[in-house]
Amino acid sequence: MRELVLFITKSLVAEPDKVQVTEVQGEDGLILKVSVASEDIGKVIGKQGRIAKAIRTVVKAAGPLDQRICVEIES
Amino acid sequence: MELRQSVEKTAKTVEEAVGLGLAELGVARYQVDVCVLEEPTKGLFGILGGRMARVKVTRRVSPEEKAVAFLTELATRMGALGVTCAPGQTEDENFKLELTGANASRLIGKRGQTIEALQVLAAVVYSRAGGNRRVLLDVNSYRAKRQESLVELALKLAAKAKFSGRRVIMEPMGAYERRVIHMALQDDKDIVTHSEGDEPFRKVIIALRQEH
Repeated sequence: MRELVLFITKSLVAEPDKVQVTEVQGEDGLILKVSVASEDIGKVIGKQGRIAKAIRTVVKAAGPLDQRICVEIES
Repeated sequence: MELRQSVEKTAKTVEEAVGLGLAELGVARYQVDVCVLEEPTKGLFGILGGRMARVKVTRRVSPEEKAVAFLTELATRMGALGVTCAPGQTEDENFKLELTGANASRLIGKRGQTIEALQVLAAVVYSRAGGNRRVLLDVNSYRAKRQESLVELALKLAAKAKFSGRRVIMEPMGAYERRVIHMALQDDKDIVTHSEGDEPFRKVIIALRQEH
């Protein structure tokens, strides 16, 4: 799952080398923390979170049905 | 996305080196960017200490190719193996992408939510690569089939509005599907359509055109 988010994020940003994704096991599911260069944060979130929402939907579709996955974005 | 193909070539002149690069990549001159790494210099008497030309020839990847490569890899990484992505064009010259394959249906999602998300991401990759058309994504003809039934539904509800003389409020739909409804009824002179409410509950209203 981490690899998937890494691939998507790297495809969207201007500085793919600065993308980092860490997996944290949260209380109710997996949390994927995405960290990008500060100039790139808008590219990953998008207008009104459109891109961030799309990333979450894709991750949910790729994961098992009963798994809760949370994608957080920071710079 | 390992699409960026480039080669470095050395020859007596820049032209020759570029020619070698084009031959190896199997593309035409207009499809590449050339970067001269070293200008050739003539040595003493044209032999001694001369330096060859060194160039880097890079195949320019079109936004369309980038979008296709991105979606294909994304589908594979989502576990939909063996899915192929075919680029094309819609009637109104938008950029159409179609994912097909036995495993592709899991990329549709509830009410096409996943298609919608994949389309957003593909459109971003495409436009950032310089593409300037609207991107439309379909998976195993889901949209094409859905479009047919939406048009049918629109016509049926328009008839209902005319018959009852009252406006008809449709189920909430995404932007793309609402557009299909508006387009289906735009030529009906007795009907006007518009949308009300906020995403994701925005609905199309089919009403009678008011006579002035």
